[in-house]
Amino acid sequence: MSTLGKITRRGLLLGAVAVAGGAAFGVYHIRKPVENPLAPDQGATLNPYVIIDQTGVTIIAPRAEMGQGVHTTLAALVAEELDVDFASIRVEHGPPSAAYYNGALMHGALPVADYAMKDWQHSVVGGLGAVSKLLGLQVTGGSTSTVDAYEKMRLAGAGAREALKAVVADRLGVNRAELRTEDGAVIAPDDRRIPYADLAEEAAARPVPDVTLRPQSEWKLLGRALPRPDMRAKITGKAQYATDIQLPGMKFATVRICPHLGGGMAGFDPAPALAMPGVEQVIDMGNGVAVVARNTWAALEGARAVDITWTDSPLPADMDGMFAAIEAAFDTEPNSTLRDEGDATTLPDGAISAEYRVPFLAHSTMEPQGATAWLQDGRMTLWAGNQAPRLCVQKAAEASGLAEDAITLHTTFMGGGFGRRAETDAVAQVARIAAAMPGTPIRLTWSREEDMGHDFYRPAAIARMQGALDQGRISHFNAAIAAPSVTRAAMTRIMGRAPGGADKGHVEGAFDQPYAIPNYRVAGHLADLDVPIGFWRSVGASFNGFFHESFVDELAHAARADPLAFRLAHVAPESPVAAGVLTRVREMSGWDTPLPEGRARGVAMTWSFGTPTAVVIELAQDGERIRMDRAFMACDPGLVLDPGIVRAQMESGLIYGLSAAVMGKITFAGGAVEQANFPDYDALRMVNTPRIEVAILQDNPHMGGVGEPGTPPAMPALANALFALTGTRARSLPLRDVADFGV
Amino acid sequence: MSITLTVNAAEIQTDAAPDTPLLWVLRDELGLTGTKFGCGIAACGACTVHVAGQAVRSCQVAVGDLWGPVTTIEGLGGQTPLQAAWERHQVAQCGYCQSGQIMQAADLLANNPAPTDADIDAAMSGNLCRCGTYTALRAAIHDAARAMGSDQ
Repeated sequence: MSTLGKITRRGLLLGAVAVAGGAAFGVYHIRKPVENPLAPDQGATLNPYVIIDQTGVTIIAPRAEMGQGVHTTLAALVAEELDVDFASIRVEHGPPSAAYYNGALMHGALPVADYAMKDWQHSVVGGLGAVSKLLGLQVTGGSTSTVDAYEKMRLAGAGAREALKAVVADRLGVNRAELRTEDGAVIAPDDRRIPYADLAEEAAARPVPDVTLRPQSEWKLLGRALPRPDMRAKITGKAQYATDIQLPGMKFATVRICPHLGGGMAGFDPAPALAMPGVEQVIDMGNGVAVVARNTWAALEGARAVDITWTDSPLPADMDGMFAAIEAAFDTEPNSTLRDEGDATTLPDGAISAEYRVPFLAHSTMEPQGATAWLQDGRMTLWAGNQAPRLCVQKAAEASGLAEDAITLHTTFMGGGFGRRAETDAVAQVARIAAAMPGTPIRLTWSREEDMGHDFYRPAAIARMQGALDQGRISHFNAAIAAPSVTRAAMTRIMGRAPGGADKGHVEGAFDQPYAIPNYRVAGHLADLDVPIGFWRSVGASFNGFFHESFVDELAHAARADPLAFRLAHVAPESPVAAGVLTRVREMSGWDTPLPEGRARGVAMTWSFGTPTAVVIELAQDGERIRMDRAFMACDPGLVLDPGIVRAQMESGLIYGLSAAVMGKITFAGGAVEQANFPDYDALRMVNTPRIEVAILQDNPHMGGVGEPGTPPAMPALANALFALTGTRARSLPLRDVADFGV
Repeated sequence: MSITLTVNAAEIQTDAAPDTPLLWVLRDELGLTGTKFGCGIAACGACTVHVAGQAVRSCQVAVGDLWGPVTTIEGLGGQTPLQAAWERHQVAQCGYCQSGQIMQAADLLANNPAPTDADIDAAMSGNLCRCGTYTALRAAIHDAARAMGSDQ
């Protein structure tokens, strides 16, 4: 159990009032310091990020640890200033609280390309963090965790340190400046060590002294590859995920929801399930059933046995119908033209055009969706791996009929997130099941089939590209992109209504690329197609990166130019930082050294989530099959806090993107997903993953993210390499439809 | 009717139905949740444990059909050269597949103390990792093999 113990609701209340009251409360709430939601059973909390008790220091990392290393880097930010032994600290997820708002979420709010933002514009989006604070947006996403935490978690460490020193200064009658700190203790002028644990309670009662952050030159932890505090638990089987929670008298549940998405249930007969050994209850979930049993296996078998009459899906009957609905969006006014320079729509003779398509994709996290809940004496305790704790509480309250302040949520480790655990469907389900069985702890685990068939998918998308050349340079680039809107779908789920205005996320990875092109237009068209869609690693850039960088490759080919030199010629005048990553992959991959027959390279570069990332893929013809032999990546996220984690995230993002590019495709028939399990929707395995080299540059003057930027350029780099190897220009994904990758 | 099985050197009784996969007996009946569920059809390797010293997918072994003692990630003890190498290479990201990866790698090294890249790829490719830890994973296995070799 966490050391957080009982958690007060004050922090949550602050956020809730602010939302209900709207902007009128704005100024007051923005200036007011956040309230500390921590109330540990033992020890003292000095601020929302630090608890000190007799056994040591616990740091609250307010973002979800789903593999991307936030428990390491965010804790290091605090530890750097607090002077504690990094190996001895504990790190925990924060409770749901407005105190843990993500101020960097709003970095994407200005309709301006990130690479072109002036310093004053960065200040403006910094100020927009106040909106996030006002709304209490405790969300992990958008590759923002480190950017958001960079100052405030160091300040938390420094403030705690100075408060601890102030206690000693008073006790000894010395000046605070005469004291230093080291390894979890304040050191007196006579070298006496007073452990933080002996000072914490008193320090917590004081106002925080003014603090100055240490300069980078004095950092001992930041900037180095640190050992992850969660590593040991994860390699000994001790790390607890939401589907690992054990409670006395626990029962095990699974759900079977209407496979025809948007459809429901006309009726069901639980008798065949109830006749099976171990099955105890079948619960009506409205659009499906939950089966509760003595173990998960009995629940899974029972769920298959329930005799259910489903109702139809309102979705188009087949994929042709779905793509027709997306195509129809091109006939509507664009929702956005966030890039519209010169006159890109009047094309000269000799212009080329191409249409690209990408499919729906599932997140396919290793841990299927699930959560644990226990309703006791009118209060519910929830355990969920999630990217949005306050939203989980809200949805669990709606599903169970309980008040939000009757619900306590523990955020566990996540068996993969990638955007999937920003959704609250499984949490709402387990809350509903637990509410139907008061006193009985319920652990809900979805089958893989349920997980694949009830995702919030990366939308399918179509791009219509036109371009023209003038003396070997791109003179015209006109892109129109059609897809259903992820932002609108997600916000409708969260707030009950969709925001208006230009949907920036829809065209990210296309409108905001650092190319100097005189006539340059990117139009976003929103399709009316109600497939459940959601945030999938790198979101809009996951398709726009493919569209943009594939078509740049086509233009390079039309210009009979080297694709990398061609890119550099357009990028260098616009962004030296982006040119830097292209130059680096050129060197790393030996780009200018010709390859032997049967081998070829492709390149792509996408600027997303503040970080330009260039990828070169080297393919080898291996008999009939094509093998991804090597991959080279160069990224520039600016200041790097942990190079080991940045490297791991880059490799991870690349493999996630390559997996989708080679074999990822979700299709629907009658509104039901046709893929059921990994054999139908697989990902790269060790044997077909290329050897990867990563270079990390730090010339970017602004910090960018690292969790997502590796994914967008992976897909076009691979498709462009396929073209270089075979002459086949793949304008749709996955590539296994047009080439034999042995998968 | 109850079934007796040996798990991590302890003799244990369960009254779960004999056709219940070992995976769910371990996780839900015995509380050994280090072994993970990923697919239920032996397609991902997250549930890999050892039965009679060999790596098996515990989602495919009925508890009534066991032919030897079971070792899970909890039974490895945490101090193996393999786990030490995992720590040196900081392999795990989300960590969910790592129990299965480690159990599979332990089986590989028990049979092949000095595996080549190709040996490792062949042995490990039934174990899916959605975080893409493969580079670090392969390096850790080589490193563990070296460490174990130098111990002999």
